[in-house]
Amino acid sequence: MSTPREPLWEVFVRSRRGLNHVHVGSLHAPDAEMALRNARDVYTRRQEGVSLWVVPAAAITASSPEERDAFFDPAADKIYRHPTFYDVPEGVEHL
Amino acid sequence: MSTPRPSSSPPLRSSDEQARRDPALTGSHVDYVLGLADDALVSAQRMGWWISRAPQLEEDLALANIGLDLLGQARSLLSHAGEIEGAGRDEDDLAYWRDERDFRNVKLVERPQEDFGVAMARLLVLSTWQSELYAALQRSTDPTLAAIAAKAAKEVAYHHDHARQWVLRLGDGTEESHARMQAALDAEWPWVEELFDESHLDPALVADGVAVAPSSLREPVLRRLEDVVRAATLAVPDVPPRVPGGRAGLHTEHLGRMLAEMQHLTRSHPGATW
Repeated sequence: MSTPREPLWEVFVRSRRGLNHVHVGSLHAPDAEMALRNARDVYTRRQEGVSLWVVPAAAITASSPEERDAFFDPAADKIYRHPTFYDVPEGVEHL
Repeated sequence: MSTPRPSSSPPLRSSDEQARRDPALTGSHVDYVLGLADDALVSAQRMGWWISRAPQLEEDLALANIGLDLLGQARSLLSHAGEIEGAGRDEDDLAYWRDERDFRNVKLVERPQEDFGVAMARLLVLSTWQSELYAALQRSTDPTLAAIAAKAAKEVAYHHDHARQWVLRLGDGTEESHARMQAALDAEWPWVEELFDESHLDPALVADGVAVAPSSLREPVLRRLEDVVRAATLAVPDVPPRVPGGRAGLHTEHLGRMLAEMQHLTRSHPGATW
């Protein structure tokens, strides 16, 4: 039951062991400070995270479904971009 | 609870010493802890009214979280009161089987809060007072009380922040939100003074270092409250305080009705579990 005037915010949570913030959902809030607090209450009730980002949904520019072919299909046949043709020398741990 | 005791406080009271204590002081100790427990319990129950009624889903969850924090504080405090009393009453006995006159909460928390402005004004008052109280209680010579206070301090810091954010926005919002927030403050303010009343507190408990003198919290609490009220472009209400009495079991007409609802299930089905 959110007031239509309240903008939508996208919420990102970094979990205790995670290195990056992961998108978990969205919520309504009148401003950034309240959005952060709402995110705390809605998305971290069960100790899901140690850090939160909120981003105005309007600030996100997304690729559109119509552009999907032009955007992503050309990568499909460039298998040489995957490092699968190289032999990994013995003893290399962090590749 | 295992928060380390501050090194400055006297050594732990042994159970022998506890047993040799003046029984009257033990009674005052129970009453003091029950007062704090009942403040939290009654607030939690009132906060629960908002679940499914908040202006938005996000606020619904926030108020539910706050209510659950308060309920958790109430449970620890009630259990502790039962242990000091030593009559075999547990948290449920104390929450569900005491009548209105045995409740020790301040009257601030027992009245209905079915207006969002009132709910936020009251939460601001309660959380400001609780955060000063729990900060001081962490040095209590009652180690369990000190440990409960240490845990609760973090929770009420968040409650305070939540209430403050709303009071600032509603006060400094539209003409209507400003007027309604002011009306809410005016409605809650007469009940603030009871928080600092010590007419029902045994001075020996303060001397013992168990209790925090309520009057010592008056100045810091009022100063913090007034800072928020002014920042929200609101006026600090100039209203006479209501007569205290909650700590002695003298309540408004509202508590009995609230307890009837809260206690009804347990009393209709004693011992029921699910």
